[in-house]
Amino acid sequence: MKKLTGAILATVFTTTLASAEPVDDTLILNEETPIVTRTAAPAHLSDALDEVLSGWLFRGTETRAMQSDDFDNPGMIFVEQAMEAWETADGTAGKSCSSCHNEIESMAGVKPTYPKWDENAGSVQTLQMQMNECRTERMGAEAWGYDKGPAINMEAALSSVSRGMPVNVAIDGPAQSAWEQGKELYYTRTGQLELSCANCHEDNYGNMIRADHLSQGQINGFPVYRLKNTKLNGAHSRFKGCIRDTRAETYAPGSDEFIALELYVASRGNGLSVEGPSIRN
Amino acid sequence: MASGVKPRVKVPKKAAAGDTITIKTLISHKMESGQRKDKEGNVIPRSIINRFTCDFNGENVIDVQLEPAISTNPYFEFEALVPEAGEFKFTWYDDDGSVYDTTKKIEIG
Repeated sequence: MKKLTGAILATVFTTTLASAEPVDDTLILNEETPIVTRTAAPAHLSDALDEVLSGWLFRGTETRAMQSDDFDNPGMIFVEQAMEAWETADGTAGKSCSSCHNEIESMAGVKPTYPKWDENAGSVQTLQMQMNECRTERMGAEAWGYDKGPAINMEAALSSVSRGMPVNVAIDGPAQSAWEQGKELYYTRTGQLELSCANCHEDNYGNMIRADHLSQGQINGFPVYRLKNTKLNGAHSRFKGCIRDTRAETYAPGSDEFIALELYVASRGNGLSVEGPSIRN
Repeated sequence: MASGVKPRVKVPKKAAAGDTITIKTLISHKMESGQRKDKEGNVIPRSIINRFTCDFNGENVIDVQLEPAISTNPYFEFEALVPEAGEFKFTWYDDDGSVYDTTKKIEIG
């Protein structure tokens, strides 16, 4: 009898441990759009990982189901707000986004390529920076604060029309130096805990971090609706949260460091589908 | 009036007579509990949706009383029996007296 109890306990124990592993599940959006949540790692990452995995695979059954239907996805409420903003004129030029870009659906394919090199600016630009360039230079409107409500909602709206398309950021050519800087940051230990991004998200994904599952830290699902704060969150704000948790002074959302890091982390997910707005804890 | 309030409802367009269908509803609302304080330490007044109802051709399907512990953007999913073609009417009651409603028709076929 004692032996049997031991066997049962052992089973319970191993299942508890195993539950941090990515699930074997496929994501079909609204019963029509297949989403790639698991694919071969891009070439530049082949030394470190064989396969790249969306954070969706590390979440619970209910959270995964929530994301598979737009009605159930609370992130879509914010997308709807941004869709209204898309049509609404703002600034001294009396233009809205749609004055130049027409329907937001015409922007399908934009999100997967950002951050990317901008020849005029002479630097790598994120999607939010590009939005603000439109606002300040063409609309005569005020720039939105980085990762703040209106900006993150619009980024989510632009992401939503690209869902299902593979992330495909360029890492060579003029973007290469920023990408190298981002890679450097990814592998640099920070804070009193001396943890780099890689320590958790490359070496330990699939394990528990306290009560939560460690994912690969992919950002194909950003902007992400987090159940803990019931709003959309940007990648830079998430980076900030992670670095803060290593007990370090963090960089600011919109800083050169985070732009570089966003480019590098996005490139680690080249091949995964754009998922944003996704749902995470 | 609370800002950004927008009801959303998902009802199948068609059902067979006597079928049980699943209805999903969501209203975007901040659901301020009345328990929180602002930066100056003043209590932020309660502002929630306090009641939600659904009627089918004038007959009540569900009547829910909501409390402050319910989180932002309250979502309800429930089942309803459809005896005949008709119209579902959904109504949300706000603390400030506002009433939001929307309707959805369903056909038999």
